Amino acid sequence: MEFFKIRRDIPFMRHALVFNIISALIFVAAVVLLSTRGLHFSIEFTGGTVVEVRYSHAADVDGVRNTLEKGGFTDFSVQNFGTSQDVLVRLPIKDGQSTSVLADNVMKVLTDADPSATKQRVEYVGPQVGEELAYNGALALAITCLGIVAYLALRFEWKFGVAAIIANLHDVIIILGFFALFQWEFSLPVLAAVLAVLGYSVNESVVVADRIRENFRKMRRAETTEIIDNAITRTISRTIITHGSTQLMVTSMLIFGGPALHYFALALTIGICFGIYSSVLVMAPLVRWLGVKREDLIKPVKERKEEAVV
Amino acid sequence: MNRYPLWVYITVATALILGALYTLPNFFGEAPAVQVSSARATLKVDSSVMTRVEEALKSAAIQPTGVFFDPTNQGNLRVRVADLDTQQKAKEIIEQALNPDKANPVYTVALTMLSRSPAWLTSIHALPMYLGLDLRGGVHFLMQVDMRAVIIKRLEGLTGDLRTGLRDKNLRHNGIAREGDRVVVRFRDADTRDKASRFIQDQLPDFALLESGEGEDLRLTATLKPDAAKRTQESAVKQNIQTLHNRINELGVAEPIIQQQGPDRVIVQLPGVQDPTKAKEILGRTATLEIRMVDEENMTPSALAAASTGQVPFGDEYYVERNGQPIIVRKQVVLTGERLTDAQPGFDSQTREPTVNLTLDATGARIFKDVTRESVGKRMAILLIEKGKGEVVTAPVIRTEIGGGRVQISGRMNTTEANDTALLLRAGSLAAPMEIIEERTVGPSLGAENISKGFHSTLYGFIALSLFIMVYYALFGVFSAVALCANVLFLIALLSLLQATLTLPGIAAIALTLGMAIDANVLINERIREELRGGATPQAAIAAGYERAFGTILDSNVTTMIAGLALLIFGSGPVRGFAVVHCLGILTSIFSSVVVSRSMVNLVYGSRRKITRVAIGNTAWK
Repeated sequence: MEFFKIRRDIPFMRHALVFNIISALIFVAAVVLLSTRGLHFSIEFTGGTVVEVRYSHAADVDGVRNTLEKGGFTDFSVQNFGTSQDVLVRLPIKDGQSTSVLADNVMKVLTDADPSATKQRVEYVGPQVGEELAYNGALALAITCLGIVAYLALRFEWKFGVAAIIANLHDVIIILGFFALFQWEFSLPVLAAVLAVLGYSVNESVVVADRIRENFRKMRRAETTEIIDNAITRTISRTIITHGSTQLMVTSMLIFGGPALHYFALALTIGICFGIYSSVLVMAPLVRWLGVKREDLIKPVKERKEEAVV
Repeated sequence: MNRYPLWVYITVATALILGALYTLPNFFGEAPAVQVSSARATLKVDSSVMTRVEEALKSAAIQPTGVFFDPTNQGNLRVRVADLDTQQKAKEIIEQALNPDKANPVYTVALTMLSRSPAWLTSIHALPMYLGLDLRGGVHFLMQVDMRAVIIKRLEGLTGDLRTGLRDKNLRHNGIAREGDRVVVRFRDADTRDKASRFIQDQLPDFALLESGEGEDLRLTATLKPDAAKRTQESAVKQNIQTLHNRINELGVAEPIIQQQGPDRVIVQLPGVQDPTKAKEILGRTATLEIRMVDEENMTPSALAAASTGQVPFGDEYYVERNGQPIIVRKQVVLTGERLTDAQPGFDSQTREPTVNLTLDATGARIFKDVTRESVGKRMAILLIEKGKGEVVTAPVIRTEIGGGRVQISGRMNTTEANDTALLLRAGSLAAPMEIIEERTVGPSLGAENISKGFHSTLYGFIALSLFIMVYYALFGVFSAVALCANVLFLIALLSLLQATLTLPGIAAIALTLGMAIDANVLINERIREELRGGATPQAAIAAGYERAFGTILDSNVTTMIAGLALLIFGSGPVRGFAVVHCLGILTSIFSSVVVSRSMVNLVYGSRRKITRVAIGNTAWK
């Protein structure tokens, strides 16, 4: 079986400007969304208490809300979680309130109103932990970016490093943009997904960059544009098959993984879809505009290595 | 061209066999068991306990399916039984046999689950994966030690010492006061200040000094040296952990985890515990140390015999020492643990005997000096009071007057006992207040649900992926799918071997790693197809496909690894569980997708002289 039978190189570079404008627009939209709506951070980042309650029947969310209000709680949120029987109660941090008492009180009020309510999970995060997590998350992102740029600069050329990281940070911002737009909960596993996607999407850029380097060696008379077009065309089949395969796994997580893995899988899905687009259609034009040349990639040392292989 | 030397095949085969072996324990499931551990820091579970347990079970006609004794740390005995009913019965019987006095248990007997895997697997350290709390249910606390309080307490102690020291040396000062994290001493003349400064440098080396002021108002500002502050904080955290250990033992949790995280935090995980309130109550409780005198006049055999039946002389209390000796101790308390600043194991400089060295604060030192001067030749008892019940840790004879606040306890202790006693003395109470800054409770049903959801999403994803790859790449797809199976095998074997904690994000990482690992095989297969289309002979195409793709595979895995490592280093909690599996998965996937798949290809194609077709799907369109 073969999906892609591309005989002639697709002139990606001819439309590079269009792609870059599309990217820029989506990017700006994501940034605007992020700055206006912001992310809906989970309590891991903000601090607070979460109580997951299961009822033996479909839960009445409004009823739960009323019960809690009557119980003297304020500022909380109640929503369904996964199934209709599960309810998630979120409470913000308040000074001078002991957590255990808080969660216990919530459960007491709820079981008084409906004895079928059982506690599934309680999570409390203090304010100092949240700040630290946000800081460490940002640090992990920064280190990942620097590490990838440094590695690609070492293996290829700084232009590839910079282009690849811009292309993939663009994915990260877009994932975050989606989370801001729909106000999906941004939790620690989502952060992990974002970073994993970052590392994974760079693979595409590496594959394309590898091909560009190889083409510079093989197609000695070709223009840079031709070389890049050829590199993308030759690798597009692999890019789509690989991403499709990974997405199969992620889709399975999305369907069978339940609420705990839902946003994790969702972040991966967005990251994978945009990863195909960005690493091919954002990274390559960027490389060209940064002015990559044959001499940048083919150094005397490499020539010798080439001979040794062939 | 496409042949591996024999050793590569042997390596691959060995890796696969080892992988299968270490993955195996995960398939046996768990059986109910009863765990016996020591409830006291000074008592060990040893083989005699095992014999007692076995005899007790035999007399009750309970046939355990396995008895496992682990002598490390304080020792731990686990008895596996057939079903849940027997488990409950066995627990009661063992409890009766080991703890005759129910109100004062010596051993903790807890219900637990034990892997059903056969003993020969356990003996080669093939254990099932260690499941995190989100998969097995339980309580997780992250506790923050109040380091400010630790430093202040230490400074208070040192200030007391300083005050006493200056008085003893007849050095007149104009007031000693602690101001924040500094201690300021005022003097009228420079001469006294110099003397005091020398005294502090000699006697209180933990202080760093700074002179200031002029004329009649001379000042000496003492701050805690950075290394002294660090030492103080480290020992405070260690003491808190030890105290938590002792307390959790009483909760009867089978496999508690108490770990230091960072310089000032402690993680407490109690699998299977469903009631965080009770757990918090016990963790927050305080225990105290008391030093009292032994009532020598009433230490006669007749008085002891009477006391053991409950007729204790007035003003005294009856205890049994750890070595079984009965002892009568006065109720009057000489010193409490509040005066104890440190307890460390050590050696006597002359006899080379193991000792326990106590450090008392200034007030404690003075009291101790007075008491020991008056009681040379008598015995004093050191008691640990917890939950209103006391235990005599040791009752040494006072040989000489002891001044300076440094007390050495010696007397037929071996090194381990000295260590234990020092720990116990330190562990009596929390060195510093702790605050719970993170708490997670997961119900057991939710844990089971998480396992099944994680497992199913991985399984279905894996099946879909394998089917697709086999259809798309024909025989080479089969090789890729088998390589993917090998990858799962290696990954699970490695996780089991390292006993890394598997969490729900960890399961997600397994799924994701598999989804990403196929990338390497896709790269190789696409490359082979391309070479074939370019007119290469099948053998050359296969060789070129693997060789050319390898550089790309390495590059892309390095970048993925960079992200994984960043997560591992900066991540905590759920992210770390994800990152561990992710990083391990990258390593196993390189091996399985390149070496394992190629050895299959080589086995099938490498030995043939002439191949007309390579079964890698249709490539004939060009």
